[in-house]
Amino acid sequence: VIHLFPGAADSGTMAIAVTILPDQQLAALNDIYRQAVARRRLRVTLGAAVFFAALVIASVGAEVNLKTLFTYFGHFVSYFDRLLTLDDGRRVWTNIPEWLWGWKKWSRLLGETILISYVGTLSGAALGFALNFLAAENTSPGPRLRFIIKRLMEFCRTVPDIVFALIFVIAFGLGPMAGVLAITIHSIGALGKQYAEMVENIDMKPVEGLRSTGASWIACMRFAVLPQVAAGFASYTLLRFEINVRSASVMGFVGAGGIGVELITAIRKFYYSDVSAILLMIILTVFVIDIGTGWLRGRLFGQERRT
Amino acid sequence: MTERSMLETEGLRARYPDIFERPASSRLAWPAMLLGAVTIFVVGLIHLGFSPIRMWNGLHELGWISMMMLPPNPGSSLPLYLSALGETLSIALLGTTLAAVFAFPVSLLAAKNIVPSNIFRFPIRRFLDTIRGVDTLIWALVWINVVGLGPFAGVLAIALSDFGALGKLFSEAIEGADKKQVEGIRASGGNVLHEIRFGLMPQVFPVIAGQMLYFFESNTRSATIIGIVGAGGIGLQLAEQIRVLEWQKVSFLILMILIAVAAIDWISSKLRFAIIGRRAVA
Repeated sequence: VIHLFPGAADSGTMAIAVTILPDQQLAALNDIYRQAVARRRLRVTLGAAVFFAALVIASVGAEVNLKTLFTYFGHFVSYFDRLLTLDDGRRVWTNIPEWLWGWKKWSRLLGETILISYVGTLSGAALGFALNFLAAENTSPGPRLRFIIKRLMEFCRTVPDIVFALIFVIAFGLGPMAGVLAITIHSIGALGKQYAEMVENIDMKPVEGLRSTGASWIACMRFAVLPQVAAGFASYTLLRFEINVRSASVMGFVGAGGIGVELITAIRKFYYSDVSAILLMIILTVFVIDIGTGWLRGRLFGQERRT
Repeated sequence: MTERSMLETEGLRARYPDIFERPASSRLAWPAMLLGAVTIFVVGLIHLGFSPIRMWNGLHELGWISMMMLPPNPGSSLPLYLSALGETLSIALLGTTLAAVFAFPVSLLAAKNIVPSNIFRFPIRRFLDTIRGVDTLIWALVWINVVGLGPFAGVLAIALSDFGALGKLFSEAIEGADKKQVEGIRASGGNVLHEIRFGLMPQVFPVIAGQMLYFFESNTRSATIIGIVGAGGIGLQLAEQIRVLEWQKVSFLILMILIAVAAIDWISSKLRFAIIGRRAVA
């Protein structure tokens, strides 16, 4: 039986013959192997140590206490128990009309939520669309303009949309308008970046061809760039719409319209069965939107592939 | 247009009638869709209470607020804000780690190549979807009701909502892993745990680490949000300062968030490169 490293294994009747190295050479090779493994282990151990140190510091910073977690875990379970109990002490699903008593009002608010995200996504997409050609490296008219637009987009997407909503509620007054504008701003940043990245990956030959005929910058964008990216843009926009429905559902927390205001009232006032009913409706809506946009995306891309 | 090109066009039209005379349904599809989209948009604007005068007044107010924000100035609360920022980063780190620790075993159960039977996989996937369908902010409110106000509720909220997202992503990473290594371990007599540890883990670990870093990044942003409903961190300070209209402090806090997020972006891209190496780039 032949094996490269002493003590590796005696695998009984191995049929393949391996050429054995002389002991001296083998020892040298083994040394190098052990050193390499030891170095790797040291690196992993150090990395893990740093990670755990960071975790410990973080748990001090976030006031984490394992004992409280275990005590509270029971609360969490009983919270869900209470969520699924009606006022008369029965389970929610035994009396659906009682559980979903406010479904008309909630559906209207959910409709408003979807409308907020629709209008916000569309206006954000339109503005992001207008800006992205200025931010993409290969189509931008000038590096300085590109730098400014890119920083602007970064600002728009890094500041959370709910922070914008908080400020807009003060500037524009309570109501869905603030939510729409917050989502618009956030979508400009997020979509503008994705659009620009897509434009940076296009084939430049059509653009060159068009420019050689004397076409203007706008004509180049319209007839050379847009046909290459339209389907991708549509797909990203639909994805963003899906994300925005989720964030619009919490815009109401700060008074910016939609179902959120109803939900936060129910949570704060401990109307347990209402909380679960509204959550159920939100989850169902998000599911439907997910599936719908997924289907639409599939169709858009399918069409593109056929032609 | 010269005569020759006219003739050529005629010839082309005769040869490819499909391209020149598309049916009305395909010609009208795009304009109709666009018209529909714009109609809903306009109806939406009216329904949601947009009006030029409100817009004008709001923009005026906004311009005034922006003027008030300059220059950013923390006043005397800089130490408070720095510790709040530390709290936010702690929330993000702990939340992501906790989510990953719980998501990994569940993702094994949700992966097709580990658990071939649909009976377990389907409910687990739907369960993860349900958790993901609820916004982090809502989870934060629920946890605040359970454990009280403070950063701990934030940690749990981020952990729970990321548990759903990471579970899905991990299981996709596991399903994308190469089968050969696992089969090799099985052929040499390893049991199921050996297969996972030596066949699967080396393949999926870099992917998982990369995703954790990415989520840590995005959680720095989420952690600022959940502070607004009272789950600790810098968001709490931000919401309070907006409510009392201390605009210079608000702009300072926003600046702090921007810098922190940029720094985390930079660090995590370096770390991701160190862990995944050139493979991810190529």
